[in-house]
Amino acid sequence: MGEEESRPPPEKIPLEKIDNYTWRIPKYKPGMRVPGIIFANADLLEKMQTDRTLWQCANVAHLPGIYKYSITLPDGHEGYGFPIGGVAATDYEESVISPGGVGYDINCGVRLLITNLSEQDIRPKLAQLTNTIFENVPCGLGSRRKDFKATAHDLERLVIEGVQWVIDQGLGWSEDAERCEERGCMKNANPDKVSTTAKNRGVTQIGTLGSGNHFLEIQKVDKIYDAKTAKAFGIEHEGQVTVMIHCGSRGFGHQICSDYLRVMERAVHKYNIVLPDRELACAPGNSNEAEDYYQAMACAVNYAFANRQAIMHWVRQSFQQVFKEDPERFGLKLVYDVAHNIAKIEEHRINGERKKVWVHRKGATRAFPQGHPEIPADYASVGQPVLIPGSMGTSSWLLVGTEKAMQISFGSTAHGAGRMLSRNAAKRRFWGGDVKKALEQRGIFVRSESSVVLAEEADPAYKNVDIVVDVSDRVGIATKVARFVPIAVVKG
Amino acid sequence: MIYTAKLMRDKKGYKFLEHMADAYVAAYGKNLAEAFENAALAMFDVMTEVEKVSPKIRDEVEVEAKDEHALLYNWLEALLVKFEIEEMLYSKFKVSILNRTSDGFRLNAEIWGEKFNSKRHTQKVGVKAVTYHLMEIIKKPEKVTLKFILDI
Repeated sequence: MGEEESRPPPEKIPLEKIDNYTWRIPKYKPGMRVPGIIFANADLLEKMQTDRTLWQCANVAHLPGIYKYSITLPDGHEGYGFPIGGVAATDYEESVISPGGVGYDINCGVRLLITNLSEQDIRPKLAQLTNTIFENVPCGLGSRRKDFKATAHDLERLVIEGVQWVIDQGLGWSEDAERCEERGCMKNANPDKVSTTAKNRGVTQIGTLGSGNHFLEIQKVDKIYDAKTAKAFGIEHEGQVTVMIHCGSRGFGHQICSDYLRVMERAVHKYNIVLPDRELACAPGNSNEAEDYYQAMACAVNYAFANRQAIMHWVRQSFQQVFKEDPERFGLKLVYDVAHNIAKIEEHRINGERKKVWVHRKGATRAFPQGHPEIPADYASVGQPVLIPGSMGTSSWLLVGTEKAMQISFGSTAHGAGRMLSRNAAKRRFWGGDVKKALEQRGIFVRSESSVVLAEEADPAYKNVDIVVDVSDRVGIATKVARFVPIAVVKG
Repeated sequence: MIYTAKLMRDKKGYKFLEHMADAYVAAYGKNLAEAFENAALAMFDVMTEVEKVSPKIRDEVEVEAKDEHALLYNWLEALLVKFEIEEMLYSKFKVSILNRTSDGFRLNAEIWGEKFNSKRHTQKVGVKAVTYHLMEIIKKPEKVTLKFILDI
């Protein structure tokens, strides 16, 4: 990338090719407890070699108690401590949990809604609908919704009860919670483990989309790849209108991450853990520090589920305002809500034995197969919906989890496109107004609070999500169901 | 020295370095205190056009930390938290005390700014968090350089 980028790794990372889509980093230095595995094609791998992605993958392999290998997914890129697009499973009792393996935006994730409308049904009112959503869903810097304010007491209930609390406030339908990972609520959430600062940030930001790469899109089904599974998820035909919401736990989650990185730094000294990078700070799984983090992290997970629930409600309300009919008439059913940044206690088969492990998914999507007890009953016969958003103006994907993912990637796959150009480079090349115009020429209506965001998020600044999804499909860690393209975009 | 936003820009108090996903800042000063002031201004420059933020409300911030890296992290985080909770944008900073204490460092600062108003203040990009990633504090005679990444 020439001037643009490139902070090469501090050392050469050896790589062994296993097949066209699988590469291994052998245990090339003494601290590595397991090898690294990268799922990528040659182009994606080449891009990863220009920065510290593979070095970070090797660093993660140093974590005490890590099983099998440190995984980098096809969308892998340099992150903080962990690469983004990284998965690591560590022993529940005799290993560690690391906030860096979750990230600042705890439960940044995606939800998908389907309608029974076709593109031509909403085209005449698309501008009005997008504008209405833009008014109803607070987005961008310092965004707030004046009529949806939580008190400190509300926040405690919300982080304990997750999506259900929001539904109980009248924002949602009773069946919504069932259609979320964890049914929209991790049970171990304990607000006593969350700082006052985090709570204060959380109170002001509940029900807001945020900024940066977060978005809300009205999309249409562009192509169906697996008709049977698509039908189980409510996708009937090409041209069908869908809505995708991509956001996270806002300042609440960021502050919890920040607070516990401090706790974990102390823990690293206390328990004499040797790490190759300060940002992998962690604590033994059975320590108080780990338990406290896990309880606080669960609060942020529930906050993010609740946040997306509130936003979805305002989308349904916007359809009602514009079309003057009950939103249920348009379908507007939740297909699924899935986390991209999370740590979970799960059971996986490792060397023939069932083991309880901490699975860290940092920029990774859970991809459980059919019949898994953790997925909604309605989807038991097909598998878990996997949602992979693209960048602004490009396609987004619905995939389905597989048994293969359970065998080779701890039930996980990729989560997005990953950047190709830095924010500065994107700003030098694109101007927000031109980006908007170019999208509108392609029939994509755009509303954003920020011209800078439009330039930074211009679609040539990202890798092609179709290639990332293709690798996932070929490796078999989540297979293609349907592709969506946007017809309207709301950005922070 | 108290600089206004405009002046500091002209004096190149900070610049944005290349980073793939986030904002990578280099902030300068003739001493640590001044570099901390520029680092704060750079963070608000990521979020908004700081020239349009009028320094009409004064406030104070105090942070402590075990080491200078953590002090920089805590200082920027304290300002980010003030923005998110009080909806305040700041454009003028005066680090008045930056002392070594018995178990680390303490910083006291005066800060000036105004309430965020979406009609008047340009929206750039929200900052999610300060990070330790690639954080550096480089001290040379008469010049301190700080480098850090803000998670976008």
